[in-house]
Amino acid sequence: MQARLEDVTMRDARELATQDGPLVIRGMTVAYDRKPAVFSVDATFRPGRITGIIGPNGAGKSTLLRAALGIVKPLAGQATFFGTTLSRSRDRVAYVPQRASVDWDFPARVVDVVAQGLYRRLGLLGRFGRDHDDMVKAALERVGMEDFSARQIGQLSGGQQQRVFLARALAQDAMLYLLDEPFAGVDAATERAIIKVLKALRSEGRTVIAVHHDLSTVEEYFDDVLVMNVRKISDGPVGTAFTPEALDTAYGGRLEQGTRDPQKALA
Amino acid sequence: MLRDALTFQLGYNATLVTVAAVLLGIAAGVTGTFLFLRKRALVSDAIAHATLPGIGLAFIALTLSGLDGRHLPGLLAGSAITAMSGLFAVQWLSSRTRLSEDAAIGAVLSAYFSLGIVLLTVIQTMSTGQQAGLESFLLGSTAGMLLSDAILIALGGLLVVALVFLFRRPMSLVSFDPGFASTSGVRLDRIDLTMMGLVLGVTVVGLKVVGLILIVALLIIPPVTARLWTNRVELVVVLSGAFGGIAAWLGASLSASAPDLPTGPLIVLVSFCAFAVSMAFAPRRGLLSSFVRHRRFQTGVHLRQGLLALAQGQPIYEPLTIRLLKARGFARADGMPTREGTIRAARAFRDEKRWEVARATPELELAAALYDGLTQIEDVLTTDQIAEIDRRMGPPEAVQ
Amino acid sequence: MNGEDFVTFSLTPLLIGSLAALACALPGNFLVLRRQALLGDAISHVVLPGIVLAFLVTGTISTWPMLLGSAAAAVVAVVLIEAIRRFGRIEPGAAMGVVFTAMFAAGILALEQSDTSGVHLDVEHALFGNLESLIWLDATGWASLVDPVALAGLPPELFRISLVTVIIGLCLAVFWRPLAISTFDEGFARTLGLPVRAIGLGIVIVSALAAVAAFDAVGSIIVIAMFICPPAAARLMTNRLGAQVAWSAAFALIAATLGFTLSGSGPAWLGSEHAVSAAGMVGTVAGMILACAALFGPARN
Repeated sequence: MQARLEDVTMRDARELATQDGPLVIRGMTVAYDRKPAVFSVDATFRPGRITGIIGPNGAGKSTLLRAALGIVKPLAGQATFFGTTLSRSRDRVAYVPQRASVDWDFPARVVDVVAQGLYRRLGLLGRFGRDHDDMVKAALERVGMEDFSARQIGQLSGGQQQRVFLARALAQDAMLYLLDEPFAGVDAATERAIIKVLKALRSEGRTVIAVHHDLSTVEEYFDDVLVMNVRKISDGPVGTAFTPEALDTAYGGRLEQGTRDPQKALA
Repeated sequence: MLRDALTFQLGYNATLVTVAAVLLGIAAGVTGTFLFLRKRALVSDAIAHATLPGIGLAFIALTLSGLDGRHLPGLLAGSAITAMSGLFAVQWLSSRTRLSEDAAIGAVLSAYFSLGIVLLTVIQTMSTGQQAGLESFLLGSTAGMLLSDAILIALGGLLVVALVFLFRRPMSLVSFDPGFASTSGVRLDRIDLTMMGLVLGVTVVGLKVVGLILIVALLIIPPVTARLWTNRVELVVVLSGAFGGIAAWLGASLSASAPDLPTGPLIVLVSFCAFAVSMAFAPRRGLLSSFVRHRRFQTGVHLRQGLLALAQGQPIYEPLTIRLLKARGFARADGMPTREGTIRAARAFRDEKRWEVARATPELELAAALYDGLTQIEDVLTTDQIAEIDRRMGPPEAVQ
Repeated sequence: MNGEDFVTFSLTPLLIGSLAALACALPGNFLVLRRQALLGDAISHVVLPGIVLAFLVTGTISTWPMLLGSAAAAVVAVVLIEAIRRFGRIEPGAAMGVVFTAMFAAGILALEQSDTSGVHLDVEHALFGNLESLIWLDATGWASLVDPVALAGLPPELFRISLVTVIIGLCLAVFWRPLAISTFDEGFARTLGLPVRAIGLGIVIVSALAAVAAFDAVGSIIVIAMFICPPAAARLMTNRLGAQVAWSAAFALIAATLGFTLSGSGPAWLGSEHAVSAAGMVGTVAGMILACAALFGPARN
């Protein structure tokens, strides 16, 4: 202990620029109402892998993603995307929010939502042309929703809504995909369709990070995991980080503690 | 003049008006608390605006049947009827269509108000040979109020306060925890209806004093002000009633002390002053204390994170953390920990480890939930519990 | 009514009323979809102190100080509401109720205190406008529409509301995509790099401009009917955003023309020689359109 303290060096924040993984999170702390939802989390996500962020309800998994993306303001810490700031790498980052975070009663059709993914290409007044139409169609086909393109989004099932959200992200054609609980409350067919798309993205060399809570499918779906409960508990390849000890620390008899859901606290 | 007004020395009528206003203020503050805690404060705005067509219709009906159209009880009865229909319209629109309650409130209040304005212009053209003076219901007017009217308002205010007292238990239960209330046998819809009935009562009673546009302020501002000071429902109710009563007393007195000072806006502004002071200085929820507490918490978190990083030999990236460590003398200019810093880091690290053990210990689970990244475990657990934790952690080799 | 009378007494109020309804209904769509319909309520109330303040400072009723004063009042109101909501941890409805009633009360008090003799700004006018008074006295018939002298006598309110309506229409067209995306999914909009807060504030400022421009015509309370009723009715007619905005514009125009016509001619049909409040009638018709949409609209539930 004493010996290790001697080795401590404080590096300047500028050095962060040398880290150029798709997403590097440093010292991230987020508090809602002076109660930390995420405390001092460091994480480096490896390119070309599917990483699951695992932990019990209220463990701050979604909050970590939202803080990295600047949707909530962290108390301390920062995130770098591809070695630079988020604002310089927005074209390479796609985000799939929790399905329940929006009002599906909004007057829009499936195609309208997927076309939102093309905003950074189109800009304010860019004409929506044939090629854009094709991109929307291709994204819908990848998630198996091509027959629903004219459907009002409020009339879709939960699984279909989730696929529409994924299609919107696919239309962004990003290198890093951040998904918040993509498998929550969806049917088995949708779950299979989504994981198929995620694995295809990986084989194209893209990086996928998904918040996930179903422990039984972790080994099947993910290459890497980040196990957390407010603090990071372990991270790395599933084989080494997804251990009974890590889960014990994360869940350890505290499953009922999930009442303090940060998503709800935010709303 | 103002002192005379405040001490009820301005004659019998003015005194009675002030008393009526105070009772109204108390009734509104108390009733509004339940409405506010139920998160439906602005439903009262729809109810208030929906009184206008009722006043107009009542005037027309009274005049057509040969009575004095300005008969206050008649006008108030009419206003209550359309206000109730406005309330039902809001509930119907928000439950039967896809419109949300806020859109329903806005639509109902503006449509009813518009209809009321149409009726007022109809009345202006009716040849009754006298000024109807119904415009005074828009912003209230206590000038030249009839003695009988003042008595009516005072009695009405008293009645609402009595009814609130009667229904205080189920209403607190419903506004505090509707889910629990319904499982414990309280009829949610009935209590909600009672609550809305009381709001309607306050509105109708307040029409003449404050006017229908601003009555909603009496129902909202005192409860919000009270809420800034306390978390206890029963205290919020009492404080809110007190704030409402005092604001009404000061406002009505100020208004009586000089001409051209309308009662309604003055009561609202006095009420708002109390709110503004509370918003600035209230403990916990006030701006000042929020700011101080946030800064203190942020500093604490940064220091803790920095010390933990020092203890584990991890690099620190956050400039603010580094600045704070240096300012406290925990780190030297070159970023190396000082002697003090090393000790503090080791302590923070031990504390963090103890929390970790506490979390994994079923019987300490409740205490472990108090973790906020800042609280020392010594503040939460007894010495015996900590000794037990240290025993589980093994010998304190590196610590100290 | 012959053509001459129509041009003099009905054409300009009809135009001003229609443009006012349109200018309010367009941003109103986004207020309704963002569940901020009551922000429209708040904005329309705080426009009054903004106008009174501008009046007290400049001593005249002129366009630019009024527009600026009201926009400033709306921004102040929104900032206060947000501060109360965030720091006081008070639910938004109650926070709004605190702010707009207090600001409105201050406006009324200032209005009663200020010497308004000779200048057309009184409480009743502020509450429900005076659409009927916005007539074109210089007009002598349809030919006046091409007569520069007569055109110079058009009520200034017409230019004000035309300008504001054009600005609002342009804003809507240019910022359509960011408006739609940030209204539907704010988190996603943020990751696209859209200035979500600025967009929200922009809607407030545009609504305040619409409210102040419509102030002369319908006053500060009936304007809420214009903000909310046409978009709410439109939402019950369709499930597409573009179509909803088109429906709301149509409903706004119908409410304005039908309301104005009824207010002038309706009493005559019933045998009365007096007209009723045009602004009130416009708001009433808007409410009835919403009632019909709520009962029969194809997308009502």
